[in-house]
Amino acid sequence: MSAMENDRAGRIGGQILAVEGVSLAFGGVKALSDVSFDVREHEVRAIIGPNGAGKSSMLNVINGVYHPQKGTIRYQGREYHHMDPHEVAVSGIARTFQSLALFKGMSVLDNIMTGRNLRMRSNILLQALRIGPALREENEHREVVERIIDFLEIQAYRKTPVGRLPYGLQKRVDLARALAMEPKILLLDEPMAGMNIEEKQDMCRFILDVNDEFGTTIVLIEHDMSVVMDISDRVVVLDYGRKIGDGTPDEVRGNQAVIDAYLGVSH
Amino acid sequence: MIYRENGQFKSSYAADQQMLPIGQDRVFMVALLVFVFAVLPAVLGDYVFLSLLIPFLILTIAAIGLNLLVGYCGQISLGHAAFMAVGAYAAYNLVLRVPQLNFLLVLVLAGLVAAAVGLVFGIPSLRIKGLYLGVATLAAQFFIDWVFARVKWFTNYAHSGSVQTAPIEMFGWTIDSPVEKYVFLLSLLIVFTLIAKNLVRSHIGREWMAMRDMDVAAEVIGIRPVYAKLTAFAVSSFYCGIAGALWGFMHLGAWEPLAFNLTLSLNLLFMIIIGGMGSVLGCYFGAAFIVVLPIVLNQVPAWIGFPISTAMASHLEFMIFGALIVFFLVVEPNGLARLWAIGKEKLRLWPFPH
Ligand SMILES: Nc1ncnc2c1ncn2[C@@H]1O[C@H](COP(=O)(O)OP(=O)(O)OP(=O)(O)O)[C@@H](O)[C@H]1O
Ligand SMILES: [Mg+2]
Repeated sequence: MSAMENDRAGRIGGQILAVEGVSLAFGGVKALSDVSFDVREHEVRAIIGPNGAGKSSMLNVINGVYHPQKGTIRYQGREYHHMDPHEVAVSGIARTFQSLALFKGMSVLDNIMTGRNLRMRSNILLQALRIGPALREENEHREVVERIIDFLEIQAYRKTPVGRLPYGLQKRVDLARALAMEPKILLLDEPMAGMNIEEKQDMCRFILDVNDEFGTTIVLIEHDMSVVMDISDRVVVLDYGRKIGDGTPDEVRGNQAVIDAYLGVSH
Repeated sequence: MIYRENGQFKSSYAADQQMLPIGQDRVFMVALLVFVFAVLPAVLGDYVFLSLLIPFLILTIAAIGLNLLVGYCGQISLGHAAFMAVGAYAAYNLVLRVPQLNFLLVLVLAGLVAAAVGLVFGIPSLRIKGLYLGVATLAAQFFIDWVFARVKWFTNYAHSGSVQTAPIEMFGWTIDSPVEKYVFLLSLLIVFTLIAKNLVRSHIGREWMAMRDMDVAAEVIGIRPVYAKLTAFAVSSFYCGIAGALWGFMHLGAWEPLAFNLTLSLNLLFMIIIGGMGSVLGCYFGAAFIVVLPIVLNQVPAWIGFPISTAMASHLEFMIFGALIVFFLVVEPNGLARLWAIGKEKLRLWPFPH
């Protein structure tokens, strides 16, 4: 275990993403107030905090769904006041959603294939006739998607409409769709919420495997403290939109402000 | 259709993506093609072609077009008959002013003109959805109706605004008998069905469906709403433009500006609701239903000794449509196509239900 941790620590690189002084409000509701933190290459970075702390909003700022009123986002050496969802996707940031956001009228396979869309180039005429390059391209990407399906062990459900899958498996498809983008950074919004112990263990294993095997940087929101302490390298703690803690799991655990924030909050 | 799928495993992704992956389905399809191309023309009379099959084939093309937009991309349109009008008048003017053009080329150009107009009227979809988009497309319907009624150039300054067409000649073949029209239209419908099927299982189709099902997630994956929605409007209007040209030249022969009014737009919507949103096959069911129902209502009561007046029949028609639409919207939003799929599944398992 410690050997593996050392190994991981050795792989963690320089800063890949930094959020600086970000504030976001919806009318009178301050979702985020002057939040700064950074993410290093190949690390597992957790964001924790009580309900309504602004965790999901933070991810939405990073991938351009929300535009913050203040602050900047530094990514790949450039500074942005806000991000554009399309550009973010192109530049290699993928995400999963807290409340499932799968394409419910489509099969598992098609859902995951959408993760490859950005890489598919053949024009509409070639697609209409489904000849030559269009067909080749479709098969190439299908192969990548099949590998992801094998990796996440959902072979049996390929052709099932996602809406008919149990919740735990839908979460897995959501992850599969994000992985299909072969992202550099993967933003996971409560990937284990509502799962039983075994499902959580499977999900943890997948996340760590992605991190180890593909070197994908992971930003993870999670309520289950034991999971967070187990798999993350560094943790940001938010409360009422403010950052109240930042550091290794052990540092955060000993932080008085964090302990106070969690007192009386049941999860 | 009573056969088993087992034992037919796919060894490559290409094989897995075939439209008819099951051997027996392919045999059935060949038999069906022989039937519709060889048997039907030999046995049916002109009346059936003129009042049933020709309108059915053309409306199916239009319904597929509308379904690509509404059923697959999730954007509502109440103005698609207007895009049919654009196609019809584009074809009329092309044939009139450039008589040497091959009719197939005329059709493609008419489709492209309709696609361009559809694309423009699709722009509001970038900002609004649902009811508001419905109203915006309604405006397209009224505006385009108005243009063809007022701008005389489009109707070549015809007195009543009514335009006439002559039989089409193509590659030395004059398409004038009902059977010839039927064969020509059937071939076109097959081509357009294949194209639609190809599109919806390619990445453009997945983009449309992603926009329909969850637009925020689609954007985060990198799908551009502008591109997805506008291509859906363009392709959809392309189909309707071609269907409109065919409706004018092959079905009506002569028409007035109001031939492509709101009623036709609503009928197209009824077709895809009854047939099945997001199903190409459903368009066949929906179009067949819309074409057959009035005829059944007009004829059947008389056959069984209960003659009803034409007015009564058309009232009944509205009532039945209304009831069915409520039924499908509430009970089975995927329409007849879904009922068909369920029936097939039941048959496949028969006689062992488990
Ligand atoms: N689109 C929105 N419109 C208005 N208010 C919003 C919106 N999104 C988030 N908020 C508000 O911002 C605050 C932070 O919400 P956020 O979803 O980021 O919290 P969270 O930390 O993810 O909570 P949870 O653990 O419950 O998921 C909440 O008060 C929420 O009501
Ligand atoms: Mg949240």
